[in-house]
Amino acid sequence: MHNLTIKQMSEKLHAGDITSVQLTQHYLDRIAQFDGELNAYVTVTPELAIQMAEEADQRLASGDAELLTGIPVAHKDIFCTDGVKTSCGSKMLDNFIAPYDAHVVTQLKKVGMPILGKTNMDEFAMGSSSESSYYGATKNPWDHQAVPGGSSGGAAAVIAAGLAPLATGTDTGGSIRQPASFCGITGIKPTYGVVSRFGIIAYASSFDQAGPMTRSAEDSAWLLNAMAGFDARDSTSLEREKIDYTAALGHSLKGLKVGVPAEYFGEGLDAEVEAVVKNAIAEVEKLGAEIVEIHLPNKDLAVPSYYVLAPAEASSNLSRFDGVRFGYRCEQPKDLTDLYKRSRSEGFGEEVKRRIMVGAYALSAGYYDEYYLKAQKLRRMVRDDFIKAFQSCDVIMGPVAPTSAFNIGEKSDDQVSMYLSDLYTIPVNLGGLPALSVPAGFAQNRPVGLHIVGPYFSEAQLLNIGHQFQQVTDWHTKTPAQYQ
Amino acid sequence: MSWEVVIGLEIHAQLTTKSKIFSGASTAYGAAPNSQACPIDLGMPGVLPVLNQAVIGKSIMLGLALDAEIGKRSVFDRKNYFYPDLPKGYQTTQFEFPIVGQGKLEIELEDGRKKVIGVTRAHLEEDAGKSVHGLVPGQTGVDLNRSGTPLLEIVSDPDMSSAKEAVAYAKKMHELVQYLGICDGNMQEGSFRVDSNVSVRRPGEPLGTRAELKNINSFRFIEKAIEFEIERQIELIESGGTVVQETRLYDAENDTTRSMRTKEDANDYRYFPCPDLLPVIIVDEDIEAIRATMPELPEAKRTRFVTEFGLSDYDAVVLTSSRAMAEFFEKVVALTQKKDIKLCANWVTSGFSAALNRDGLSVEVSPVSAEMLAGMIERILDNSISGKIAKQVFEAMWQGEGTADQVIESKGLKQITDTGAIEALVDEVLANNPEQVESYKAGQTKMLGYFVGQIMKVSGGQANPGQVNKMLVAKLK
Repeated sequence: MHNLTIKQMSEKLHAGDITSVQLTQHYLDRIAQFDGELNAYVTVTPELAIQMAEEADQRLASGDAELLTGIPVAHKDIFCTDGVKTSCGSKMLDNFIAPYDAHVVTQLKKVGMPILGKTNMDEFAMGSSSESSYYGATKNPWDHQAVPGGSSGGAAAVIAAGLAPLATGTDTGGSIRQPASFCGITGIKPTYGVVSRFGIIAYASSFDQAGPMTRSAEDSAWLLNAMAGFDARDSTSLEREKIDYTAALGHSLKGLKVGVPAEYFGEGLDAEVEAVVKNAIAEVEKLGAEIVEIHLPNKDLAVPSYYVLAPAEASSNLSRFDGVRFGYRCEQPKDLTDLYKRSRSEGFGEEVKRRIMVGAYALSAGYYDEYYLKAQKLRRMVRDDFIKAFQSCDVIMGPVAPTSAFNIGEKSDDQVSMYLSDLYTIPVNLGGLPALSVPAGFAQNRPVGLHIVGPYFSEAQLLNIGHQFQQVTDWHTKTPAQYQ
Repeated sequence: MSWEVVIGLEIHAQLTTKSKIFSGASTAYGAAPNSQACPIDLGMPGVLPVLNQAVIGKSIMLGLALDAEIGKRSVFDRKNYFYPDLPKGYQTTQFEFPIVGQGKLEIELEDGRKKVIGVTRAHLEEDAGKSVHGLVPGQTGVDLNRSGTPLLEIVSDPDMSSAKEAVAYAKKMHELVQYLGICDGNMQEGSFRVDSNVSVRRPGEPLGTRAELKNINSFRFIEKAIEFEIERQIELIESGGTVVQETRLYDAENDTTRSMRTKEDANDYRYFPCPDLLPVIIVDEDIEAIRATMPELPEAKRTRFVTEFGLSDYDAVVLTSSRAMAEFFEKVVALTQKKDIKLCANWVTSGFSAALNRDGLSVEVSPVSAEMLAGMIERILDNSISGKIAKQVFEAMWQGEGTADQVIESKGLKQITDTGAIEALVDEVLANNPEQVESYKAGQTKMLGYFVGQIMKVSGGQANPGQVNKMLVAKLK
């Protein structure tokens, strides 16, 4: 049942071949069977899931159902979920029961998608391996020695292992696409502003964007249909006409101009990963696309810019976790300063504290111009590279990450090398552009994704390119042996 | 050697919006603690601010009244610091690009001189909550009802050189924001808060170190606090000390100021543009649309009252002391058929204002409406009642006994104008005072006043004094 496409699942639900309760129970059983070892969920919500499945079945029976009605979903533990623990992977919020739903959660509830639970992640979405979670590292379903990527590592792992048919993720510097690549699934980060940020615990507000994490591009298109849309509660949400992201699926790629940045295939890129990506691009060429070389000369400015701006925003966004109103509070504070210092020192993990300190430093008097303002200038240069590049191509293709999944513990002590694993994904967030990762092969027996970046609001086109690619390849249907 | 005083004011005016600046929660004053704080005001994880557009127009209105530059692109920034009443750990405010830029306000000094005070800027920001001490023994409570209340912080240039000037400026600004209807001006409830930056220097020397006086909720105390602070600084310097930059609190009971925090405790606020809010873009059409809805400002009204109504400067000032008072007066004038503007002005500035002051009421809640006062003035003008009886009628209306006509009717206060009735009264009084009649006829014409008084007394004040006079003169010939 868990190997069906979303459309097939929906057809069976609508035909009455299966019920939502059966489908939901099937996933709950698999979670019970496999997640003890995988550690992809922080919280599993069986009662809520079954209750919502029952309601979905009533809608299916009464004919008041949409395509996704009755299909369960797993939310990254960064989406506030009414009445459910929303930890953001942190000890700081281990006791936090959200009193409201994030906009995305509301949207999927309206459609009637049972919530299986909340997936594991790097603490406050700061990381590329999901190892920094207070709840321990999630394992990569393809190889338990490997990380699933991050920060949406739990979401990628539950899709790869068949512990949820659909999952939500967020991407601030690559947190949907890099784990999608590492776990052999499909994930898209939409244009900044397409999906409301309301109720998503903020890491770096000007970068954060939610998106679907699924087995196929087609599945992502269906889920994005439900996630996207204007929300007046988010001032950066874009008011646009409602789009059907499945509408373009089926368009031919003939004449599509694919830009391949020369700079993306240099030093630091794993040879096996490079071969996988080049093969994938060749496959797209066979579908009728034209490959052109392009240049993104400022790509090396992206990581330094990001690691000033994102921590700067984070240092402010995370100030509300002060032990006063919610979340972790230290024992027996002796005064107000002690309450702040110990609640935050004890409640936050190492990487979060590191980024808060880096960010506060970059914003402090005397350093603001040198760091924050300069990083903003670099951000514009990186974005302008893309805008210029899209004058000579329709989309850009390249690697998602320089390597396949690394081993758990391998980079924990070397943050810079961890940061550099996002060098291909971060530029996209600086520009606020949409980008897709689709499974394209294996390197060192671990999955590798193809990165497809498009101009603003090209989500439908990106999903179609992924879909066309998946019509002639079967990487996205592959499942790790023990999870079949 | 002489000293020069330099004062600049920062005024926080709470804008009159129903809901908060970034959330839909109510801004009403006096609710139970934390009953008007929604998840956004509480700074819960994942919530986002959405700008209440009403604050934009109100800010532009002030900018226009101050003849200031309007920020065509203003930006909200985050001011980062930790305090229990600051839920997000930062205050959303405007730092580099405020909505109102350099402007000015003219004040009038006690000796009649006018002085222009520069207004550096006015920017939008959210208020914090408040700490509540003593409610829970050994602990401090936090009430976040105020959190997110919209404020316009109006910063003056350091242009004032005495406590009196500072108070004149503060009062002028207080009057202006109320006239514009952008702030209710209630100082007790904290809707209009004045912080004073005070320093002294020898003439010609650079600016001295300033102390900031915060949270003083009356003009009288602001003046006293500044005066005390000037004295303190001069004495300190003259005795060889130096002024430190600090915030000082005014202690009204002992009429002193004391240190609250010094600059050493000052935070690095790490300002940066708030990524959750878009810059506010204002185009010329927006400004013109707001200009069209601007109420008449106090200065213009004053001038008009003098030129159009022929009132004295003094009456014009009193009548325009608040927008509500001025509107009340104009309504009374409009509602009286026979125009006697001076009479209307007298009644509004004396009888009406005195009653308001006596009962501590504001124009808005006065028991006598403009319609009622106009109705009474009409009765004076058509000789139904005398000015003296009118005072009685007014007091009865104030006590809720009805309109002027109802009171005159029920109390039988209508003036006696019937010639026959007046003649009878005159005859009666003359018959009862033969000696006085004799002395009048012997040339003591001032006895006429005595007779009038007697007749008015006998008539219970209701006889028409003019008619009485006329008839007496005729009878005594």
